[in-house]
Amino acid sequence: MLQVCVATDAVMGLIMGTFSMQGKQDNYRKDRVCDDLELSVVCHRPEALDLLEAQSNFNRKELQVLYRGFKNECPSGVVNEETFKQIYSQFFPHGDASTYAHYLFNAFDSSQSGSIKFEDFVTALSILLRGTTTEKLQWTFNLYDINKDGYINKEEMTDIVKAIYDMMGRFTYPAMKTDTTRQHVDAFFQKMDKNRDGVVTLDEFILSCQEDENIMRSLQLFENVI
Amino acid sequence: MAAGVAAWLPFARAAAIGWMPVANLPMPVAPTNKNKRQDELIILNVSGRRFQTWRNTLDRYPDTLLGSSEKEFFFNEETREYFFDRDPDSFRSILNFYRTGKLHYPRYECISAYDEELAFFGIIPEIISDCCYEEYKDRKRENTERLMDDLEDNKDNKPPNMTFRETMWRAFENPHTSTMALVFYYVTGFFIAISVITNVVETVPCGTTPNQRDIPCGERYTEAFFCMDTACVMIFTVEYLMRLFAAPSRYRFMRSVMSIIDVVAILPYYIGLVMTNNEDVSGAFVTLRVFRVFRIFKFSRHSQGLRILGYTLKSCASELGFLLFSLTMAIIIFATVMFYAEKGSSSSKFTSIPASFWYTIVTMTTLGYGDMVPKTIAGKIFGSICSLSGVLVIALPVPVIVSNFSRIYHQNQRADKRRAQKVQKARLARMRISKAGSSTAFLHSKRNGLNQSLELTQLPYYKMKLSPQGSLEEDQQLKKTTSLLESQHHHLLHCLEKTTNHEFVDERLYEQGYLQTALQNFPSQSPSLSSEEGVTGTCCSRRTKKNIQALNATHTHSHTHNLQELSALHIHCGEQQPLNTSRSSLNLMSDESGSLNCKSSGLVTTAIISIPTPPSNNSRANPDAPPPPNPDAPPRPNPGSDVVKISAL
Repeated sequence: MLQVCVATDAVMGLIMGTFSMQGKQDNYRKDRVCDDLELSVVCHRPEALDLLEAQSNFNRKELQVLYRGFKNECPSGVVNEETFKQIYSQFFPHGDASTYAHYLFNAFDSSQSGSIKFEDFVTALSILLRGTTTEKLQWTFNLYDINKDGYINKEEMTDIVKAIYDMMGRFTYPAMKTDTTRQHVDAFFQKMDKNRDGVVTLDEFILSCQEDENIMRSLQLFENVI
Repeated sequence: MAAGVAAWLPFARAAAIGWMPVANLPMPVAPTNKNKRQDELIILNVSGRRFQTWRNTLDRYPDTLLGSSEKEFFFNEETREYFFDRDPDSFRSILNFYRTGKLHYPRYECISAYDEELAFFGIIPEIISDCCYEEYKDRKRENTERLMDDLEDNKDNKPPNMTFRETMWRAFENPHTSTMALVFYYVTGFFIAISVITNVVETVPCGTTPNQRDIPCGERYTEAFFCMDTACVMIFTVEYLMRLFAAPSRYRFMRSVMSIIDVVAILPYYIGLVMTNNEDVSGAFVTLRVFRVFRIFKFSRHSQGLRILGYTLKSCASELGFLLFSLTMAIIIFATVMFYAEKGSSSSKFTSIPASFWYTIVTMTTLGYGDMVPKTIAGKIFGSICSLSGVLVIALPVPVIVSNFSRIYHQNQRADKRRAQKVQKARLARMRISKAGSSTAFLHSKRNGLNQSLELTQLPYYKMKLSPQGSLEEDQQLKKTTSLLESQHHHLLHCLEKTTNHEFVDERLYEQGYLQTALQNFPSQSPSLSSEEGVTGTCCSRRTKKNIQALNATHTHSHTHNLQELSALHIHCGEQQPLNTSRSSLNLMSDESGSLNCKSSGLVTTAIISIPTPPSNNSRANPDAPPPPNPDAPPRPNPGSDVVKISAL
């Protein structure tokens, strides 16, 4: 009786073994293909320091500091969206920064390549920290204009504002209401949309922001960041 | 905030410009980097080996030795380097932690040396990265176990002030502790041996008398054996009573296996004493004498090996039980088969199935006595199958017991690993706490009012530049509690608060606030209000007023909770004052009363109450807002509200 059990076990084992061997071979073949693909994603080297210095508003030392920080976090030389979201989320532990990080990523990735290289990084920072107010406002307009069609409509603005509010998280004072976002967007459009056509163009945006002292002042806020 | 991404903080702050057009409120001033030096290389000389790194790299972790000002104690003026008299090999992994953000444990390193180095440099071992964490924990566990074993060996040093009873118990348990215990140990051992030998010799035929057949020695020398038995039982009884007296927990001692063996060993003698030579019970009495052989189990106190064997059998019980069960199945099957096979033959010994059991067992264990043999051909065939299968089946218990040994051993390992997993969970919980810690750090610094000390609208830009002294003090205040990195991070979070016009609060306050907005508030003031008006002036009372109203409205809060809130607020306002008075630059109207400062801070700390600013926004958010800046407030320059009105929509 016991030997029969043992025998059937052995046969089952043999059968299962052959099946699993088959599977292992397939995996092995697939892995090889994946390895080839992996190798093709090689690390990216930025352009020469002199070129970057000419193109941006930073001096050599600042570029060096920037690159060292950049390379430390992303040794391969490019940031993909996932890494970007992770890094950005670490600064906002209260809430969910992933949506805003997504929009930010698209704003940084001017060439829409799906990854941020060091040049994109430097270009954006150069505008944000050392650019003129017009350039900064242009960059911000580009950030808000999600589909890059030159107009900010209410849906885009609602998405952006909602993403910003998401970063606050749940525990806020006063507590978030369902129409907080809508109110904020309405207020924004009230201010920015001069001709009341439902969209904000770049000129309207720049004009309205230049009229607001607060905004002008806060744009100068981060000049000493680097 | 993981300092590994500290390098990206400037980028995150720059990206905050994207919030500016959306914000309705003025932004706070950014913390300035007073000690702004160019990033420089610093030299760390560890016992002669020089390591060099950027200062910024070390500043990533401000709560360690190298990241804080503690390293200044090790600064060597002549050589302009930081000298540490520590192991340079371990320092490598510590410095790599700063560089890469991951702490690794080198396998060749001694665990206690590594722990010491980590403690010296102020790094907690829990942040060892996953690749090395298991190894670290295993080594640490081995080390602690070894240390505990060493400790146990040293336990023989007699602690002072032991009662006589404790001394006796210790003597019984560890015979090596004193000579008396040793003597006792050997004496009892000797008598156990004597007793066992006596029992054995009792039954040996002792020579014949001319007219009688062989009689066993026991019956020949009855008195001698009786005396021997008495002596042994005396000794055993005394020993048992002494153990019972010395045991710390008598009940537990009486339930233990050894004491049961002791009792069983001496009981037959006493029963025999009590019982008379009655013929009826003498049969039962003889059975009882069998129990005397259990005295041999008393040896297990003397032999470690016996105890281990007993423990193994006990732990293998389920396996052995299953084995027995399968054997029984096989025996029944073969016995049945043999019975029916041999049924036909004449004068067959296989009279019934139970009778065939004996044949099956003898055959399967390959004993083969030969007292029962099959005669028919079918019987012989099945008999041979039986013996062959017996070989196979009997070969099973050995690996079972062996595998049981290893299984028990590995179970211990697994139990430790499970303990390690609990530690892992604790580690993850600790990391979660540190992550929450960064958010609570912000809330904490907010409550301390440090963030509010710098408000963009409060200081016209030129005024701030004109009074560096004032700002220096602020910065000193800042530096006292937070590092530059932290203050910059907090500034970023503060900008976000301003953008969305909401604030970060912790869960407790959030629930309170939620309840506040949920319930309608009563405009009447409570009588306890006047008692709360204190040193802090009208602004604070206004603030407390609002909260008292709200809190009294929410009857769900306990009284102590209210008081807690109020006291927190009081402290809040109280802390504000010294800050304000030190900042002469903020005293825009120096001739105003001291309440001005508090009021300006009341404006600044838009924190806890309804913000006196955009009423349009807040009236909807806070239906219970008190009548905003209001009749009893002295007129004051309110640049804040002015500015806000511009941007209020």
